[in-house]
Amino acid sequence: MGEVILTMKGIDKSFPGVHALDHVDLEVRKGEVHALMGENGAGKSTLMKVLTGIYKKDSGTITYEGKEVEFHNTREAQDAGVVIVHQELNMLGHLTVAQNIFIGREFKKGIRIDDKKMNEEARKLFDRMHIDIDPKETMSKLTVGKQQMCEIAKAISHEAKVIIFDEPSAALTEAEIEELFKIIRDLRDQGLGIVYISHRMDEIKVITDRVTVMRDGAYVGTLITKDCTKDDIINMMVGRVIYEDPKTKNMTPKGSPVVLKVDHLNAGKMVQDVSFELHKGEVLGFSGLMGAGRTETMRALFGADPIESGDIYINGKKVTIKSPQDAVKHGIGYLSEDRKRFGIVVQKSVAENTTMADLDEFSNGPFINKKKEKKVAEKFVESLATKTPSVDQLVVNLSGGNQQKVVIAKWLTRNCDILIFDEPTRGIDVGAKNEIYKLMNRLAAEGKAIIMVSSEMTEILRMSDRIVVMCEGKKTGELDISEATQENIMNMATREIN
Amino acid sequence: MANKSVSKTAGTKKSFVDRMGGQQFIVLIIVIVMFIFFSAMSPGFRKYTTVVSILDYSYYIALMAIGVTFPLLTGGVDLSIGTGLICYSLIGGLLVRQHGMPVAVGMIVTILIGVIFGIINGCLVALMDLPPFLATLCTCMITRGFGAFVVGGYGIPWPAAGQDGGWFRSIFKIQVGGQNIPIGFLWILLLVAIMSFVLNHTKMGRYTRAIGSNKEATRLSGVNVKFYHIMAYVICGLFAGLAAIAYSAIFATVQPGSGAGFEMDAIGGAIVGGVSMSGAVGNVTGTLIGVFVICLLKTGLPFIGLTANWQQIITGFVLIVAVLIDIFKRKKESGK
Ligand SMILES: Nc1ncnc2c1ncn2[C@@H]1O[C@H](COP(=O)(O)OP(=O)(O)OP(=O)(O)O)[C@@H](O)[C@H]1O
Ligand SMILES: [Mg+2]
Repeated sequence: MGEVILTMKGIDKSFPGVHALDHVDLEVRKGEVHALMGENGAGKSTLMKVLTGIYKKDSGTITYEGKEVEFHNTREAQDAGVVIVHQELNMLGHLTVAQNIFIGREFKKGIRIDDKKMNEEARKLFDRMHIDIDPKETMSKLTVGKQQMCEIAKAISHEAKVIIFDEPSAALTEAEIEELFKIIRDLRDQGLGIVYISHRMDEIKVITDRVTVMRDGAYVGTLITKDCTKDDIINMMVGRVIYEDPKTKNMTPKGSPVVLKVDHLNAGKMVQDVSFELHKGEVLGFSGLMGAGRTETMRALFGADPIESGDIYINGKKVTIKSPQDAVKHGIGYLSEDRKRFGIVVQKSVAENTTMADLDEFSNGPFINKKKEKKVAEKFVESLATKTPSVDQLVVNLSGGNQQKVVIAKWLTRNCDILIFDEPTRGIDVGAKNEIYKLMNRLAAEGKAIIMVSSEMTEILRMSDRIVVMCEGKKTGELDISEATQENIMNMATREIN
Repeated sequence: MANKSVSKTAGTKKSFVDRMGGQQFIVLIIVIVMFIFFSAMSPGFRKYTTVVSILDYSYYIALMAIGVTFPLLTGGVDLSIGTGLICYSLIGGLLVRQHGMPVAVGMIVTILIGVIFGIINGCLVALMDLPPFLATLCTCMITRGFGAFVVGGYGIPWPAAGQDGGWFRSIFKIQVGGQNIPIGFLWILLLVAIMSFVLNHTKMGRYTRAIGSNKEATRLSGVNVKFYHIMAYVICGLFAGLAAIAYSAIFATVQPGSGAGFEMDAIGGAIVGGVSMSGAVGNVTGTLIGVFVICLLKTGLPFIGLTANWQQIITGFVLIVAVLIDIFKRKKESGK
């Protein structure tokens, strides 16, 4: 760790109804990876947005390279060498990889943009990061993981001195996270200051040097990572230690009936001949690397993508699912992994989002019963501990983790018998994660059947009764939790790749 | 190892049609087929004079369409170009006719007013966050009323060929040995080439697309989004001004109160040519080809005995098909 490069002192920021930051301090040194931790809505993203000029602070001082500064927009921050890789991916799907990386500062020959040079420079960046992405590929054709790598390449290309990673790992596979860590360590060794925001405790221990913890918009303290335990950090974050133990045996009641049977399902390249059964009261984990075809299988099952062949049986009866409406009619609920695009309407209120999937329930004829809507929404806000000033708040103003809770509430109102959770805790803090785990267990105990798609190994091992592993669109294995280990799941997950 | 599996799929092979420019190529073939069809059906159609009149008719639509491609690419639209065109032409013509100004001054003023309305539209959309549809619908009404108000309700004839100042009509059509030569088409091709370059190889064009793709992400990349968003409408206004010149040069008089509906021909042409209503996708070459589909329908259908009403009905259906194709393509892209 070198000298101090960045100090934020007494930063204060309020939004209407929310005191998002309450005199927060943060100090970053050259050559360190500094974790910024806190529950959903603690104010981590807001603090970083204040730093990079996206929000204007109400009070406090920012000192960068020995001088007091105030950046008025991302451009000024970038030019000074402070770059942020945002929590929500910020890509331009229609442009190429290289065009995305150099947007806003294109190389030029006269007035002409020099795309050739941009492609070359992008190629060099990727070489430096030891990853293989074609700079000329259209951004929207890449996997989420690759898109994230492009965001990082973009940050690096700015001659940055401070790079902020806001939950970079949420969408990455284990292998990609390894790559990311290599890149981060490289940058640290070059003397950059790095702020790393993540909810994954294991990562914090592996990659960071110091940890600053925030709670409810306030600064709690800063620790040296190697001198503290996970519990110390969690204690500071939430004030109590919480842990759900991993499952060691299948908790599904003996002889519980099969509620869903999928037989030789085919849907495009990513779903080839997938068969499995789901029992009442069971949590069935779907594991695999990113792009293994798990989400595609669920989308086909839910009627969101067309099925080419194969049969679906619900409670022993063969059913035809051609659209999400069909699926919902048969009692299937689907929580999408990409909540921004499919899960919520961000410009609507918490209450409206909560009741959206089941508006009939909240209507008298054509009229929406606002009172009932509000009451139910409030109930879920309370039971899921969603952090929002009121159910009338627009979802766009909630933190990432709290948005996810709204999506969950939305499907819980429907009373579906089969619930598909696709990456249910992506970007959700330990406290809330545990609540969601408890909730899933409670739902299973009440007799609901749950499919949980997750890329997080610990989550799969903690929650599943049985585990289906997929790789490259095919099912490559099925395990009971009692025989599952990280190793044999990983083996199955990479079986098709050679 | 995960890398390998991705790069395998990354190098997707392009079909012949894609390599030839995708939808543009297909639409070009449609234009040719339509031309052959009308020629075969009607002897009157396959005359040189018909070709010249189709071209005459296409200039102002093409110019509007090139311009409106920019707002469309940002994910917006400009509905004011049709009535705007008439308004700008009326004001410019009034200066020439009643205030005795040289035609060149009238033309410059015409174009400038177009640019000014472009700036107004741009500010309403980019600075005040009005929905483009609404903002430009308002300026559409304003230009319509304003033009009629300025000239007091009378049509304005710009100088005819041979009259003092009539030289400007030969920008688009010259006579050589009693034959009309439609040189305006060369200007259109030149402008398409320039705007194609702007769109594909300059910052202006890159950011226009970027705004249509994801405005917030573009802003966070440090791009001056407001400026480039306004500029898309300014370019549109500029081309509406140029279209006003073309219109004045081709038609004998300009009538106040007309112009409503012109914009649909232009926007329709752009969409038929592959510009996506949801932004980011499309090109001015496609727009130009699309404009000819519209123009051929308008000029060709009467030759096979279909009335103006039929033209509108058929044009409407063609647009629906074009939009459906756009939606279908987007679905295919997003759903692997
Ligand atoms: N633009 C805004 N308007 C109103 N409230 C906001 C706005 N942005 C953030 N907030 C509120 O400020 C608080 C802090 O949010 P922030 O996004 O910084 O949390 P976070 O620590 O990044 O959480 P997460 O881990 O879920 O991403 C939240 O209560 C949020 O609802
Ligand atoms: Mg955040």
